[in-house]
Amino acid sequence: MPSATIELREDLRRHLPGVEPERRLSDWGRSERIEGLVDRTLADFLYHHWFRCEVEGIENVPAAGGALLVANHSGALPPDAAMIAKAIREEHARPRPLNITVEHPFKDYPGFSMLLPKLGCVTAHPANLQRLLYDEESLVLLFPEGREGTRKLYKDRYRLRRFGRRGFVASALRAGVPIVPVCVVGAEEAAPIFAHLRLLKRLIGLQYFPLTPTFPHLGPLGAAAYLPAKFRIRFLEPVPVDSGGDDRAAIQTVAEEVRARIQETLFEMVGERYSVWY
Amino acid sequence: MSSRRVLVTGLSTYWGGRLAEALEASEEVEAIIGVDSRDPTRELERTEFVRVGTQHALLRRIVEAAEIDTVVDTRLIIDSVWASPGRAHENNVIGTMNVLAACGGPDSTVRKLVFKSSAHYYGCAQDDPAFFTEDMERPHPPRTSLERDIVEAEATVADFAEKSPDVSVSILRFANVLGPDVETSHRALFELPAVPVVLGFDPRYQFVHEDDVVGALDHLVHADLPGVFNVGADGVLALSEVVDLLGKRILPVLPPWGTALAAATLRRVGIELSPEMLGQLRYGRGLDNRLLKATGFAYRYTTRETVLKLAEQMRLAPILRGAGEPYRYEREVEEFLRRSPHVNRHRGRRHDGADGRAAPVAGYEDLEAGELGSLLGSLEPNDLAALRDHERATGARVEVLAAIDAALAGR
Repeated sequence: MPSATIELREDLRRHLPGVEPERRLSDWGRSERIEGLVDRTLADFLYHHWFRCEVEGIENVPAAGGALLVANHSGALPPDAAMIAKAIREEHARPRPLNITVEHPFKDYPGFSMLLPKLGCVTAHPANLQRLLYDEESLVLLFPEGREGTRKLYKDRYRLRRFGRRGFVASALRAGVPIVPVCVVGAEEAAPIFAHLRLLKRLIGLQYFPLTPTFPHLGPLGAAAYLPAKFRIRFLEPVPVDSGGDDRAAIQTVAEEVRARIQETLFEMVGERYSVWY
Repeated sequence: MSSRRVLVTGLSTYWGGRLAEALEASEEVEAIIGVDSRDPTRELERTEFVRVGTQHALLRRIVEAAEIDTVVDTRLIIDSVWASPGRAHENNVIGTMNVLAACGGPDSTVRKLVFKSSAHYYGCAQDDPAFFTEDMERPHPPRTSLERDIVEAEATVADFAEKSPDVSVSILRFANVLGPDVETSHRALFELPAVPVVLGFDPRYQFVHEDDVVGALDHLVHADLPGVFNVGADGVLALSEVVDLLGKRILPVLPPWGTALAAATLRRVGIELSPEMLGQLRYGRGLDNRLLKATGFAYRYTTRETVLKLAEQMRLAPILRGAGEPYRYEREVEEFLRRSPHVNRHRGRRHDGADGRAAPVAGYEDLEAGELGSLLGSLEPNDLAALRDHERATGARVEVLAAIDAALAGR
């Protein structure tokens, strides 16, 4: 039904619900307590000691206002998102919480469905992006390769898949926020996938059933057992998206530019790398 | 246009009754007419009740004769626990068509229609956005018969809006309602000693307080706001948070796979979980409530406060049991007292007892001894004493005197 009250839509930002200090969870289901706990223990250990993350260009992450961070993606149970979030918390002059978009099938996995929102994950829905980027002016991390990125095998490492989620440019355009490309080197070696066991995948009904150095023979936790590869994270200069409107050609151009910049920088970083491990 | 002559369909539903009460307080509204096929559940002062279902020819005659300018449709069944699919369909789809048929037409006096719908319109799925906005289509076709009915009913209303450009049509989609007074199936769930949940899921829940539901309907009657509006309180809570605020425990007895089967087992022991509820227990749902707020409506309670209000009521319930019930008059007697030309209204609500002495409570003479229990519970001590004197002087029924004495001793 067409709404005659469209003029009311114009700026609804001031009608966002206020913060209730007694609450322990945000409206998205994010829990500072659980997030802080994971941050102090597991994320801290992985960031400083296991992956020994090295961060460049953190100043490219805006200190205020919404911004869409777009990164390459890899690994069976990808550690890259957690490390990018940790990098912002550790290195940025004005650290802000990072919202990590995940694929919606996770919402149907028992356990994950409960834990992921607590850690700041939201499903990658255009409406969610709009609310986070435009209304709440926060940072959102998105992997435009989507599932294809995490599925790819070790032999295809650091070669970006097709950007299945071109919608990300449209979302940034609509919200009027910059896109910050992010390159992560090391995640491919930390959790390499050698093959996919399709029969088991079908039997268990997971998104994929990978064969990694530790999974499945070391049990389900093996999926989260990473090799101690050295992580290098580089935040590139923001790509402004204020030009062009939202026609398809402009979206295509920006998407291609973001992809090209991430790909080039990845090759450059891998080329400069002396060793995978240190 | 401000509404002056309002027709409330579904007067005997909780919402119809509450809305009529709210409208009675408004001076601008000069006539309130309520229709339903059942008796009203609330004592209403100036609302005219007509017992009629949704036969459109009859409704049409009422609308025309009473020159109704605003129709508020509160009939929608939104809980599949309380009505069979057949009855829900009859009420939600066929009934809506009939109400619309009674409102439409070139010579109709109706200028505004407010339709109470439900957030079940959006359904519950894994690929839902965290906050539904009014302009979103539901991502999947409806999965349950109730959802199908609600979607169909709304489509009929939208169609009506398109065909009648001079009628302002508003649809309100309400989140799950909670409150100290209203009975909902979620409340029944929360009143269990432990709340059954789906293992491994902690869905997001948004509620709206019963007073805000009435307030929103009232707001739409007084303001002219065509379009669709979500109504849900500020704040979306995780189920674990809700249960925590209620001081209860979570019991993950529903397995993530085969949930419907486990729900069927729970039904055997009297725990009703509707298919819509199972969806919510798994994926949760949140609404973007800002559009209605932008029209000037202010919620009185946030979701958290709504849950806290319910928690308060649940703690008080065992103490208030039996005492809080309003005493029952026979409705026809009340009607007689209000309208009959033979009743002497100069004496106010008091009227004469057998020996010319006034009973301290109106209608006292008409009550049987057995019906006095709840009446006594609601009286002040001095009224009780007066009542005892009156009973001694008139009937002097032994069991009644004993009951009054017991009530007095209890104070």
